[in-house]
Amino acid sequence: MRALKAYLRSPAALIGSVILLAVLVMGLGAAWFYPNDPLGLAGRPLQWPGQNPRFPLGTDPSGRDIAAQIVHGARISLLIGFVATSIAVVIGIAIGSLSGFYGGVVDTVLMRVTEAFQTLPNFLLLLVLVAVFGSTIHTVTIAIGIVSWPPVARLTRAEFMTLRTRDFVQASRVQGLGDAHLILREVLPNALPPVIVYASVVMAVAILLESALAFLQLSDPNVPSWGNLIGLGRNVLRSEWYVSAIPGLAILLTILGVSLVGQGLNDALNPRLASGR
Amino acid sequence: MRILRLALRRLAASLPTLLLILAGMFLLLQLAPGDTVDALMAQMGGGDAALAEDLRRFYGLDVGIAAQLWNYLTRLATLDLGFSAIYGKPVATVILERLPPTILLMVSALSFAFFFGLLLGVLAARRVNRWPDTLISTLGLLFYATPSFWFGLMAIVLFSVYLQWLPAGGFYDITMGYTGLAAVLDIARHLVLPTLTLGLIFLAIYLRIMRASMLEVLSLDFVRTARAKGLTETRVVARHVLRNAMLPMVTLIGLQAGTMLGGSVVVESVFALPGLGRLAYESVVQRDLNTLLGIVFVSALLVIAINFVVDILYARLDPRISAES
Repeated sequence: MRALKAYLRSPAALIGSVILLAVLVMGLGAAWFYPNDPLGLAGRPLQWPGQNPRFPLGTDPSGRDIAAQIVHGARISLLIGFVATSIAVVIGIAIGSLSGFYGGVVDTVLMRVTEAFQTLPNFLLLLVLVAVFGSTIHTVTIAIGIVSWPPVARLTRAEFMTLRTRDFVQASRVQGLGDAHLILREVLPNALPPVIVYASVVMAVAILLESALAFLQLSDPNVPSWGNLIGLGRNVLRSEWYVSAIPGLAILLTILGVSLVGQGLNDALNPRLASGR
Repeated sequence: MRILRLALRRLAASLPTLLLILAGMFLLLQLAPGDTVDALMAQMGGGDAALAEDLRRFYGLDVGIAAQLWNYLTRLATLDLGFSAIYGKPVATVILERLPPTILLMVSALSFAFFFGLLLGVLAARRVNRWPDTLISTLGLLFYATPSFWFGLMAIVLFSVYLQWLPAGGFYDITMGYTGLAAVLDIARHLVLPTLTLGLIFLAIYLRIMRASMLEVLSLDFVRTARAKGLTETRVVARHVLRNAMLPMVTLIGLQAGTMLGGSVVVESVFALPGLGRLAYESVVQRDLNTLLGIVFVSALLVIAINFVVDILYARLDPRISAES
């Protein structure tokens, strides 16, 4: 309750929530706003926004409605962002908690693996994964999840290392409770808040990674992704720059919304830090 | 000397990591459909099975995967990265040709982000919660949310198409045949937009970290002592706070070296820079897996090298680190 109040008091968090809600409504209601295939031919290509009242945001080089692609793209971006983030958070928490809870050899081995993932540029690893497993929307989403977990693992590990020696954990241990219970029921709930806050960063990065991949035309070409549209607009950039400009603004606003909500959550959940920021 | 030894020990510790990356990547690429010989035969316009077998034997692809991995690693130890069937040259040569633009781009983007991140972070912290701080923090949020490739495209529209101040892409102007200083200036002109594009998100991160770190250090006791001695605020910041507040920023350089290298893939594609990132993209599109593996190796080496430098820098900035060991 206190956290919720603190969250609602922050103007940044409110603005972020409003933006994110708008994107969410666009994504959920996409089929209702634009029931036709957003990648189907809609009209004469390259009409500027406002030129034709049927296409408030204009049409792209293939004569497809940009507004329809933006609305349907919101669904793709949110879906990829959400699923990839969940994958990254689950892997990260699993590795981080085992590493932080057990320490010793387990920690050394798992941290070596984490380090390996962090040494490798994540976008490069993403390219390799897409080159090997192909670029359907499923493989792209999973690949983004796979390249995004190391920071989550490090954060979880750090939390576990400070929490595992606390009295309440020792007390549970003395009661003869198993490791699984200690990890899942005692330590994890206390380690979770900073991880949840960090998930907003993971989600922002995941959406950016997908759009960059789609911009390079290496993501699924059969879904209306914002990055795809920016990549297509590149060919007509010199004259019809709006084709690239509009979806870019959509990405910018979505990332802004996610970051602001994350910042609001952070201030609400870590009140000690809030005053300094 | 102590600093160097410490950094060298960290460097040695990164060897197993490198080995892990290479083995993992090698095994991963085994899952890819088609191998070098398939790519080569497609280039030649096809051939029969006997030829494929000969080629596989020639490239050492006819033995088991474990043996291939061992062969690959031993060849790597002599810096032999294999042969690129697509470019018709050794992978090492291809990569070396493409390395300079990427390193130049990374150094300039990092300098830009570090310098302006520092400056804006200090300015924001000095005027905390007043309008300069709000303005700078808002700009930071916006920069952080801007997709780099989109910013690059919009910069091309504005600065190259409409204002015609800067070139839209490429590394240098081939038609002019510049030499000496003129050539350097020409490359610099071509790197302005890519630098801004790649550096923008790091600028946002650095300014946010610098601001937070400044605020933290400013609240410490030794700053109060410095103020009590009667030093001016500028001197307190320049001589006492800055060095301490910079530590998290320096750590961040090492942590984000990989991210920056990954970002250069996109930026180099936007501005048609013939660098390592663009080579990575091309080798994915052309299924040149040997080159891709080589790029992964060189990128990992680069990231490790950057972290080595950061370790030394860090120890120089913070004498407590070398004292601890």
